[in-house]
Amino acid sequence: MSQKTYQLLQNKKKNILELWMKNQLTDEGLREDLISNDELRNQSEELIEALVGNLSGNNFTNLESDEWSPVIEILGGIAITRARQGFSPRETGNFVFLLKEAILEVLQQELEDPKALFAESQKINRLMDNLSVVTFETFIKGREEVILRQTDEITEISTPVIRVWEGILALPIIGTLDSARTQVVMENLLQEIVETGSSIAILDISGVPAVDSLVAQHLIKTVSATRLMGAECIISGIRPEIAQTVVHLGIDLSNIITKATLASALAYSFKIMRLEVKKIGTVSK
Amino acid sequence: MDKIPILRMGAFLLVSIQVDLYDRLALNLEADLVQMVNKTSAKGVLIDISAVSIVDSFMGRIIGNIASMSKILDAQTVVVGMQPAVAITLIELGLPLKGVHTALDMEKGMRLLRSMIDDPEEDADEDQTIDDSITE
Amino acid sequence: MTLSLSKDTIKVSKEQDVVFLKNRVKETAVKIKMGLVNQTRLLTACSELVRNMMRYADGGMCLIEIVSSGRNNGVRLTFTDKGPGIPDIVAAMRDGFSTGKSLGLGLPGTKRLVNEFDIKSKVGEGTVVTILKWANG
Repeated sequence: MSQKTYQLLQNKKKNILELWMKNQLTDEGLREDLISNDELRNQSEELIEALVGNLSGNNFTNLESDEWSPVIEILGGIAITRARQGFSPRETGNFVFLLKEAILEVLQQELEDPKALFAESQKINRLMDNLSVVTFETFIKGREEVILRQTDEITEISTPVIRVWEGILALPIIGTLDSARTQVVMENLLQEIVETGSSIAILDISGVPAVDSLVAQHLIKTVSATRLMGAECIISGIRPEIAQTVVHLGIDLSNIITKATLASALAYSFKIMRLEVKKIGTVSK
Repeated sequence: MDKIPILRMGAFLLVSIQVDLYDRLALNLEADLVQMVNKTSAKGVLIDISAVSIVDSFMGRIIGNIASMSKILDAQTVVVGMQPAVAITLIELGLPLKGVHTALDMEKGMRLLRSMIDDPEEDADEDQTIDDSITE
Repeated sequence: MTLSLSKDTIKVSKEQDVVFLKNRVKETAVKIKMGLVNQTRLLTACSELVRNMMRYADGGMCLIEIVSSGRNNGVRLTFTDKGPGIPDIVAAMRDGFSTGKSLGLGLPGTKRLVNEFDIKSKVGEGTVVTILKWANG
């Protein structure tokens, strides 16, 4: 970019900001519910400051170079915050597009020579397009982070270990069991066994839609690890369809204690622990 | 040379492993323990590994050996306090320690040993931790 | 793409070196916030491989690297020895195979504990085993 245009943009920074702010405030996509006008102005001012300061050089395409990192950082920060705050991609993109329009408009007002105007506009176009790509990339990354965090949360909350009785733990599994989830289930269960000193754990799979050989293998692994620690693991909630698939697949569950329902698993645990459940007040004569 | 102390308590021998075993230490323990079982005619061996963070195939083999050797000398072995991470790793390694009895802690291990000795008819090949049978 | 972020080479020739190596591997795993169970898997795998190296090749070198791929970090260990080499790798990778009177779980068991496992060996020249464990997964 020529020194003249650079100086011009430096001097007109205020105008660009005002123009940009006007565009943003009148834009349909203005989200006053998510960001206050003051904050928006601060963000905009910060970005223009960094951006215009960087226009003296000739590097308008390689945004990965060091000189652009402050601008990218500011823009990235804004994009990430917007992704988290729940802005739509269009609203986030418009932030950069409206800035481009503001700069181009100022150039148009100030540059007399059409040739120069065209050349400088081209450069600004290219630069701002690159910047919007960066914005979108960062925005999507921000969204992905939100999704990943939620996935982690779901995994975490979907494996509650319940103390049903002194020395008996139950873990109802709901939803599909994949390797990652079984890992979490197994680790939580074993940890809880240590913490509570429980000698029986009931793994209830009535909420698991299907059991294939991989899931069965995971279950067997969990049972074996429980036994190594010195506790017993019972698998309950096996539906008839699952019993059928297990046998058809040739999976050997004979070393595992299996029960049809959580209730029968609990009854079995009581029996092992020599506990008895009695109805009170029944007088036997 | 480092040694892991073996304590005698009545008819039982207690071993609490407080450090990560290296090979020679484990081999020494195997030899010492078998000697002690013989000398004291112990009926049971209790090995606490709650402080052990790594058990690889070699250590696993030593634990299995101790159990088998003690069995020949008429003593039962119970391993207590295995950490969850260690249990998971051993299973994935392919080492379920068949023939070794396990319990959650010293107290439960002691109870298990007593029940095995009082009731020698019990099937000793099964990893059973809970007192004994369901025949009541 | 997997990037290597840090490198550390440790020579293993005595029993004390093994302890030192394991501590280093543990520190590295803690540094990248690897969960306890994965740490245990990695350390157990390391223990198996370093024992093989001591037993069959009288020691060797271990390279500890922190690697990164996307958002996931991991620890990569490369064990290099100048021992006799393994004539039949396919057989050595089978459960229950051993030439050294062990259970024969070393190599196949180790493979099950890590995310990536690679072994190259030439009879008379030595063996290189590389394992990788991600912090998550």
